[in-house]
Amino acid sequence: MTDAAPSPQTRFRRSFLAPTATFAVLLALGGILDRTANGYTQLIFLFMFVNMILALSLNLVNGFTGQFSLGHAGFMAVGAYVSGYLSVLTMGVGARLMFLPQPFEFLNFPIFAVAGGLAAAAAGYLVGLPSLRLRGDYLAIVTLGFGEIIRVVLLNTKAVGGARGMPGVPAPGELVVGDYVFSPFFMNYLWAAFWLTTTFFVLWRLVRSTHGRGFQSVREDEIAAEAMGVNTTKMKVQAFVISSFFAGLAGAVFASATKYLNPSTFQFTKSVDAIIMVVLGGMGSLTGSVIAAIIVTMLPEFVLRPLQEYTGVDLRMVIYSLLLIIFMISRPQGIFGKAEVTDLFKRLTKARGKDGRTSA
Amino acid sequence: MEDFIQHLINGVSLGSIYALIALGYTMVYGILQLINFAHSEVYMLGAFAAYYTAIGLGRALGADLEPGIVFFGIVLIVAMAACGVAGLTIERFAYRPLRQAPKLNTLITAIGVSLFLQYTGQVIFGADPKSFPTVLEDRSLVSSGGIDLRLFDVTILLTGVAFMSGLHYLIHRTKTGKAMRAVSTNRQVASLMGINTDKIISMTFLIGSSLAGVGSVLVGMKYPQIDPLMGLFFGLKAFVAAVLGGIGNLAGAVLGGIIMGLSEEMVVAYLSSTYRDALAFGLLIVILVFRPAGLLGKWQTEKV
Amino acid sequence: MGYEAMLKHVLAGLVIFAATTGCTRKTPVAAPSESSDDSHRAQVAMTGDILIGEYGSMTGGEATFGLSTHEGVMMAIDETNEAGGVKGRRLKVIALDNQGKPDEAAAVVTRLITENKVVAVLGEVASGRTLAAAPIAQQHKIPMISPSSTNPQVTEVGDYIFRVCFIDPFQGTAMAKFAHEKLSAKKVAILRDVKSDYSVGLATFFAKTFRQMGGEIVIDQSYQSGEKDFKAQLTQIRSKKPDAIFIPGYYTEVGLIAQQAKQLGIKAPLLGGDGWDSEKLYQIGKDAINGQYFSSHYTTESTDSVVQDFIKNYKAKYGKVPDGLAALGYDAAKVLVSAMERAAELTPKNIRDEIARTKDFAGVTGRITIDGKRNAVKPAVVVKVDGTVNRYVTTITP
Repeated sequence: MTDAAPSPQTRFRRSFLAPTATFAVLLALGGILDRTANGYTQLIFLFMFVNMILALSLNLVNGFTGQFSLGHAGFMAVGAYVSGYLSVLTMGVGARLMFLPQPFEFLNFPIFAVAGGLAAAAAGYLVGLPSLRLRGDYLAIVTLGFGEIIRVVLLNTKAVGGARGMPGVPAPGELVVGDYVFSPFFMNYLWAAFWLTTTFFVLWRLVRSTHGRGFQSVREDEIAAEAMGVNTTKMKVQAFVISSFFAGLAGAVFASATKYLNPSTFQFTKSVDAIIMVVLGGMGSLTGSVIAAIIVTMLPEFVLRPLQEYTGVDLRMVIYSLLLIIFMISRPQGIFGKAEVTDLFKRLTKARGKDGRTSA
Repeated sequence: MEDFIQHLINGVSLGSIYALIALGYTMVYGILQLINFAHSEVYMLGAFAAYYTAIGLGRALGADLEPGIVFFGIVLIVAMAACGVAGLTIERFAYRPLRQAPKLNTLITAIGVSLFLQYTGQVIFGADPKSFPTVLEDRSLVSSGGIDLRLFDVTILLTGVAFMSGLHYLIHRTKTGKAMRAVSTNRQVASLMGINTDKIISMTFLIGSSLAGVGSVLVGMKYPQIDPLMGLFFGLKAFVAAVLGGIGNLAGAVLGGIIMGLSEEMVVAYLSSTYRDALAFGLLIVILVFRPAGLLGKWQTEKV
Repeated sequence: MGYEAMLKHVLAGLVIFAATTGCTRKTPVAAPSESSDDSHRAQVAMTGDILIGEYGSMTGGEATFGLSTHEGVMMAIDETNEAGGVKGRRLKVIALDNQGKPDEAAAVVTRLITENKVVAVLGEVASGRTLAAAPIAQQHKIPMISPSSTNPQVTEVGDYIFRVCFIDPFQGTAMAKFAHEKLSAKKVAILRDVKSDYSVGLATFFAKTFRQMGGEIVIDQSYQSGEKDFKAQLTQIRSKKPDAIFIPGYYTEVGLIAQQAKQLGIKAPLLGGDGWDSEKLYQIGKDAINGQYFSSHYTTESTDSVVQDFIKNYKAKYGKVPDGLAALGYDAAKVLVSAMERAAELTPKNIRDEIARTKDFAGVTGRITIDGKRNAVKPAVVVKVDGTVNRYVTTITP
C-alpha cells in the first residue's frame, strides 16, 4: 500500500490484474464443476452466466443511464440467433461452409459471439434512436414493442425454424492439447466465463471513466448535464448500443449452452426477468447485478425445485413472486443500492484508497 | 365494401375492450405515475369472481335462472366489488410501503404482484380454460349484407365512453377529483393542504379496479373463455393503448385503445395476419416518434 | 509493492490450479469419443422404486396441456402400481415443471437424468420443448417417449427418442384427404396458430396434400395462441367463400374461433386435428362447434373396452372427461410400462430396445406399433362434434 499516485505502468498492470484473476478464479471453479458436479448443476451455472451478462448489460441502460428498456430479450434473441445460425451454417450437421479450419474451429465460438453482439448492437442503435425523443414509460413501450417485433419476425422466419425452433446449435466440443483433454462442458464454460469477465470489466471501467460519468449525468439530471457540455442524446444512444452488444453476447452464450433456440424463450417475461435482476441487485451496482443473477437463477432451481419434488405441489413461481414483493418492500434500493461489493470491503477494512477512486 | 365495414366494426369493438381496460391503467397512472402491472390480474380476478357467482347462482336457483339484465346486474356488482377489494388490498400491502421509493421499484413490485396472482390463480382455479356462463344473451343488432353488428360490441363501446366521461366529470368537477389532481401534481404539498393522500390514492385504486371488474364481465360475455393468465393478453395491449393515447389522459386511453384495435384489424385485413403484432407495434413506434408524449399527452418541457 | 507481489503469486497459483482442474489426462487406451460416451452413460438404480421422469408445462401459459398429460401419465402409473408394479418394484414418477420454456425443459431433463437418475423420461407436449430436451436424453442414453410432440424432427434426434402420437404429415394429409374426398371441398381456407409448431406443421402438410389433389387453398391466415379475437382473420376468410376451413389449433382457441365464425355468418364446416379433443371445446364453443370435424384417436362412442375403461376410470379419478392429451399421456406411460415388463433387466438400454419392439400395443389412442423411425403407427378417426359426443365418421389408416 503506497500513498503516492501509482505510475502509469502500475496502473496498466493493475487494470489487467483484476480481470485475469477473476477469470482464473472462474476457470478454477469451472474445473471443479467439471469434475464434481452433474450435468444439471453444470447447465444451471451456464444459465447463471447468461443471466449475469444480461443483467450487467441492462444495468448500463436502466441503472447507470436512467433510461428504461423493456425489450432486452429482443437484443438477446438477435445475438443468440445470429451466433447460433452462423455456427449451424459452419459447424452444424452436414454444414457445407467452413469458417476456420478444423484445428482452430473452437475459435469460431468467440468470433460468432462477437458477430451476434454486433448484430444486437445494430438493433440497439435502431431502438436507441427514438430514445432521442422519448422519455420514461414511452421509451419503455417502444423497447417492449421492438422486442415483440423481433420475436414475431423470428416466429415467421423459416430459415431458423419458426415456432419449431432451431435444434442442433453446435456448442464447443472437447479440446485436445497434447496429452490433455478439456471436456465439452469446460470449453463451453470457458467461453461463458470469458465473456462474463469481459462484460463485467469493460462495464466497470466504462462507468468509472470520464465518458461513463456522462451516462450517469444523464440519469441524474439531463438538463444540468447538457449545460455542462454532455451530449445527452449521443450518450443515450451509446448506452443502448453498448448495452445491446453485451445482451447479444448473453444470447450467444445461451445458444451454445442450450444448443437449441426457440422464439418462445425470448418473450416479454425474459425482459422482465432481466429488469428484476437489475433492480434486485441495485440500479447502478454491477456487482449487485451479478449477485442478483445468482439469486434469481439459483433460487428457483436449487431451492424451490427440490421443494416442489418433496411436496409434490408446484408453488415455485408463487413463492418466487412473493419473495420478490417482500424484498422490494423491505429493501427498495436493491441489495447494494448504488454501491459495489468492493465498497463493502473497503468499509470493512477502513482502508479506503486516497487516489479518489471511490465509486459514486 | 361490406368487408371493410365489418373490419371497421371488428376493430372498434376490439379497441373498445382495450380502451375499457386502459382506463384503469391510465387512472392509476394519472394520480400515482405508477404503471400498475397488476391491473390485468385484478381484471382476471373479477372474471373469476363473476364466473363463480354465476355458477353458484345457477346451482342454487337451477332452471329458474334466465340470462337477463337482473342476472347480469348481480354478476357485475360482485365482480366490481371483488376487483375493488383486490385493488385496495394490493395498494395497501404492496404499493403503500413503497410510496417514497423510486418508480422502478414500485414497478417491480407490481410485476411481482402480477406474477403472484397469475400463478396462485393457476393453483386455486386450475390452469384449464373455463367457459364463462351466459349471463346476458348476445344478439345481432344489424345483420344484413355480410355486416354483423352485435349488442355486446355496442355495449362495450358505450360503457367505455360512459366511464371515460364519468371519470372526467369526477376528476375535473368534484371535490374528490380536485384532491386527486392535487395529489397527482404534488403529493407533499397536497398533504400539507390537509388532503388525506392515502385516502385519495386508495379511492383511485378502488375506482380503477372496479372498472376492471366491469371490463372483466363484459369481456367474459364477449369472449366466453377465462383462465388465470387471461390478463396477460388484454393487459399488455391495453397498457400499450394507454401509453399510445398519452398515459394519464382519460380520453387518450379510449382513443389509444380504439387505434390499437383498428390498426390490428386493418393490418390483418390489408397487410398480413402473420405479422399482426409486429406491424401493430411498428405503427405504435412510429406514432410515438412523432408524438413523443402519446396522442393526447402533453409534452412537458423540463424547467430548470 | 508487497501487496502487488502477493497478488501476482496468488494469481499464478490460480492459473495453475485452473489449468489442472479444467482438463483430464488423456487415457492412451480409449479414444476420446468413446470415453466421453461412457462418462455420459447415466447410472440408474437397480433396486427399490423404479424412477421415471416426466417433464411438462405444469405452470405458465400452456399449463393446461401439461397438467392433462400429467393426469394421464399418473393414471397409468397408479394402475400399474395397484397391479403390483413392474417386476415387483413400484413405479415412482418424478414430474418436473418447465413453465412452458424450452431452456427450462432442457434443464429439468438434465436434472431428471443426472440428479434424480431416472430410468426413462416421459414428455413433452410441444415439439419445441421436446427438441430442446431430447438431445440430452440421447446423449445420456436414457429412453424418452413423447406423448404428443408431432414434429417429424423430434424422433430424428436419435435412437432413444420415441413418440406415441401421430406425426404432422400423417394428420395433415389425413384431413386433406377427408376434405377432398368426403366433403368434396374444392376451396379451403387455413387458419393456423403461428406460435404453435404443431399447428404450423399440420397446416403445411394439409396445404401440400390438398393442392396435390387438385384443391385450392384460397387463403392462409394466422393467429397466435393466447389471442381472443379472430374476427379480422375470419372476415378475410369469409370474403374468399371457402368450402371448408382448416383450423389446426388447440381447443383453447378453437372454441372462440368457432363462435366468432358463426357470428360472422360463416357456414363452411370447420376442420381440425387432435388438438381439438377436449370437453372444453364444446363448453366454450357451444352450438357453434356442433357439426364440425376433427381427426382424433378414438370416439367417445367407441365400444373398445380399453377406451371405455379409460374414460370411465378417468372420470372416477379426476371428475372430468379425459381430453386427447390425457389419453396420449396415458398411452405413453403404458407403452413404457409394457416395455419395462418385457425387458429382461431394467437398464435404459433394454427398455429402449423393448420400446422399439412395441407392436400392436392395445392403447387408448389405437393399436400402437413403433416403426423404424421410432414413430407410432396407428390409424386416425375423423369425428363429428355432436354436443359432448364425438360421432364416428371415418377411419384413416397410415
